[in-house]
Amino acid sequence: MIEAFGLSKHYGAKTAVYNLSFQVRPGIVTGFLGPNGSGKSTTMRMILGLDEPSSGTVTIGGTSFRRHPNAARQVGALLDAKALHGGRSARNHLLCLAQLSGIPKRRVDEVLDIVGLRSVAGKRSKGFSLGMGQRLGIAAALLGDPRVLLFDEPVNGLDPEGIRWVRQLMKRLAAEGRTVFVSSHLMSEMALTAEHLIVIGRGQLLADQSVKEFIAANSADFARVRTPDTEPQLREKLTAALAEAGGRVDPEADGALRISGLPLPRISDVAHAADIRLWELSPHQASLEEAYMRMTQGAVDYASTAVPGGQPAGPGQPPHGTPPHGMPPHGTAPYAMPQGAPFGAPAAPGGGFVPQPPQPPQTGFGPPPQGPPAAAPAPVQQPTSDPEDAR
Amino acid sequence: MAHTTQVIRSEWTKATTVRATLWTLAIAFLVTVVFGVLISLLLNNTFEDLPERERLTFDPVLTSFAGMSLGQLAMIAFGILLVASEYSTGMIRASLAAVPQRGLFMTAKLLVGTLLVLVVGMVTSFVTFFLGQAVLGDLSVSIGETNVLRAVIGGGLYMTLIAVFAMGITWVLRSALLAFSILVPLFFLVTPILASIEATRDVGYWFPDQAGTAIMSVVDTGERPYGPWGGLLIMVLWTVAALVAGYVTLKKRDA
Repeated sequence: MIEAFGLSKHYGAKTAVYNLSFQVRPGIVTGFLGPNGSGKSTTMRMILGLDEPSSGTVTIGGTSFRRHPNAARQVGALLDAKALHGGRSARNHLLCLAQLSGIPKRRVDEVLDIVGLRSVAGKRSKGFSLGMGQRLGIAAALLGDPRVLLFDEPVNGLDPEGIRWVRQLMKRLAAEGRTVFVSSHLMSEMALTAEHLIVIGRGQLLADQSVKEFIAANSADFARVRTPDTEPQLREKLTAALAEAGGRVDPEADGALRISGLPLPRISDVAHAADIRLWELSPHQASLEEAYMRMTQGAVDYASTAVPGGQPAGPGQPPHGTPPHGMPPHGTAPYAMPQGAPFGAPAAPGGGFVPQPPQPPQTGFGPPPQGPPAAAPAPVQQPTSDPEDAR
Repeated sequence: MAHTTQVIRSEWTKATTVRATLWTLAIAFLVTVVFGVLISLLLNNTFEDLPERERLTFDPVLTSFAGMSLGQLAMIAFGILLVASEYSTGMIRASLAAVPQRGLFMTAKLLVGTLLVLVVGMVTSFVTFFLGQAVLGDLSVSIGETNVLRAVIGGGLYMTLIAVFAMGITWVLRSALLAFSILVPLFFLVTPILASIEATRDVGYWFPDQAGTAIMSVVDTGERPYGPWGGLLIMVLWTVAALVAGYVTLKKRDA
């Protein structure tokens, strides 16, 4: 069990982590998500006692890491796969670490087998690929057979087979009752690996909920409907009819309609009743990746400003590189949600379409955003009161 | 303490499983011995041409240690690399994650490093003394004469202390590049120049290497304000100060 209370870290004027509180429970894989530079690694380093928090505390099993009598037998960590002496062989690298914690030498060969590096164990790690380096880093974390495991971006540089292997390894470790805390900036990967998610952006908590809750709150079903291109008046007619039936209708760029709040058969019935032919009626689900992007877009430090189809810096997105100032002097972080509460609170319980992007904490960057930035891929919908839509 | 032995064993593995250790220590030995012998040979052949003052203050022991001014650079390199490789590779985070007690971690590394340089330093000192005396011929002294054994052991201590001093400084600087660019010019150029120019001599004598050199001489030229043991003590104080500064840095800074 890892517990953080009001964890903050400042580097000079820059705030890396602000008022972070969360728990990482044993028995499940907990994903730690955030864009690059959001404070994931800093948080991991604070958990491991490498960085001293500016304020707040973080404990592992109730004790701060630096006070653990034999920390390496309790906690294993992969922080940086390149953090090894290139002139030393893989086996000797692990041997150094094993001896540090009084782990018997045979365990070195055991973990080399687990990660599949036995055949190159005698080679100098200088020549290792990124993926081999990651495997070696994972081996080092496993050395002490610890109850608590931290992995910072473990799938970086791995091929698909390696990614699947890491995924299964994490799940197996968690199934053995261990606490597994894995950071990533890839939502899709975490959706497959983790059971619980902690999402941060700009060093602040954005969400702390189970993956199931996250999906329920952030990916709503919708239907795509297309009327014959040759008869534009049918599109108008259908829009009116569906709106009357209680659906929420949004035109899409290619002329199709995006319908939420009505089940597919009902859409078909309404169209039939209005005597409208359909060229398409298909079920869809907003992707988790999209939900995650929306959640963190106000919190991306290094956003590119000119990606076609991406989100240009809108009013809610301060110029990159600006340190988050205008922090509230006290109280909880503006992003913070009560534990278990779905993100995007007002919209989510009614099965709203896509959550409102978080209101950024800044007050000094112009007017607060009215909804999402203009070029966001999907329009934000207000929740409907249609009971059929509630799940 | 079981834990302490584990950490020391790990530091031993770390030091002995990279080639830099072998290379720097071997170079320290070879350079010191080869240059010591060459300079002893040179002096033996040109002794009659020296001015009278230099002939009267001729120090056969110090002469055979002449290669140390170059050999010490390899010792410094060893000290720097032993510590800085933790930082340059990022291994420091893995190490401190495994041993959160930073004092213990530093002590273990220091013990292993000191042991290695002490052994190599002593061997180097004795070998260079005997070979140097062998080529000095009539000018040579035997190990049994007054103060000679002290000077030879002192040579080994000097090499040890200079490497440990470099380790302490590197704990503060946390970068091999920075440590090299400060320590090598300092000990190869700055302090020898300071100590050989009349005007700056009084300042130059107080630097660790210049003070430590006093232990290796058997002829007192009366120029220095301290004796051989006083000089060594000054060097020890410098080393202790560097280690304390290194410890404070390690303790306080984020890894």
